[in-house]
Amino acid sequence: MPVLARLVEANGIPTVMVTMMPEFADRAAAPRVLGVPFPFGQPFGMVADAAMQLEVAKAAVDLLATATEPGTRVDLDIEWPIDDRTAYKAWQPPEMSPIVKHSLDQIRATRRAAAAGDD
Amino acid sequence: MAVDSYRYLPRSFRPMYEGRRFPEQDPVWAAVGPVEEATFGLLTSGGLYLEGWQQPFDLDRERGEPTWGDPTLRVIPDGVAQEAISAAHLHYNTDLVRQDFNVALPLRAFHTLQNAGLIGAVAAEHFSVMGFQEHGAAVWAEKTGPEIVAKCRDAEIDVLVLAPS
Repeated sequence: MPVLARLVEANGIPTVMVTMMPEFADRAAAPRVLGVPFPFGQPFGMVADAAMQLEVAKAAVDLLATATEPGTRVDLDIEWPIDDRTAYKAWQPPEMSPIVKHSLDQIRATRRAAAAGDD
Repeated sequence: MAVDSYRYLPRSFRPMYEGRRFPEQDPVWAAVGPVEEATFGLLTSGGLYLEGWQQPFDLDRERGEPTWGDPTLRVIPDGVAQEAISAAHLHYNTDLVRQDFNVALPLRAFHTLQNAGLIGAVAAEHFSVMGFQEHGAAVWAEKTGPEIVAKCRDAEIDVLVLAPS
């Protein structure tokens, strides 16, 4: 998504990127990055938590209003009110994503080939 | 405290992100006018679409071509009802946005900011893409991105808030 932020910004429309992976967005040279310590799927916070979502939105507006140079990154310090293990499980898709399945199939095929070579 | 970008990422994915190198890129920058007068548009990569009105993002093709992700765009009107929104995305639990799409496309929060006078306006249109892009990233740069820019101009959007899911 940093590619879209850069493209839109290059066309004269200022952007801010609200992301769970600010380090990645920063390296990809997104102009303004707001890091949020949340699980994937919920960059503005918990389901039905209007106060948390508003806090993130307000922080994004504040960053737009105050940033003075490209590469500005601000990280929010908001505690996710669910333990990491539960939160990790909650964001997972119900079926393994095709690219993950594809990668695992390749790893298994490589191992099988290596094992066959050992015989 | 700095956000740990890898806190919720599967351990096996971490090297893929940490090891990715980006070409040296010139900084890009557009000046922001007074936010109290600006019209805000939102862009999510959560794969949101209008159920019954728009084609879902193409998950069947992705299942058959694991390195391909649907790079097309959906326009989401401001004021859309929760029950009108669905999501097609194979990389996170889309039940979250079916319960409350504001977790990814926070229209409610931005209207609250508008009502408080902290921003000028919320745009009439917002945008949704499907965030898994390997080969599709080139289409984002060549087609989808320029399409978003044109639609931002049509909707008189002064500022765009992007949120990857």
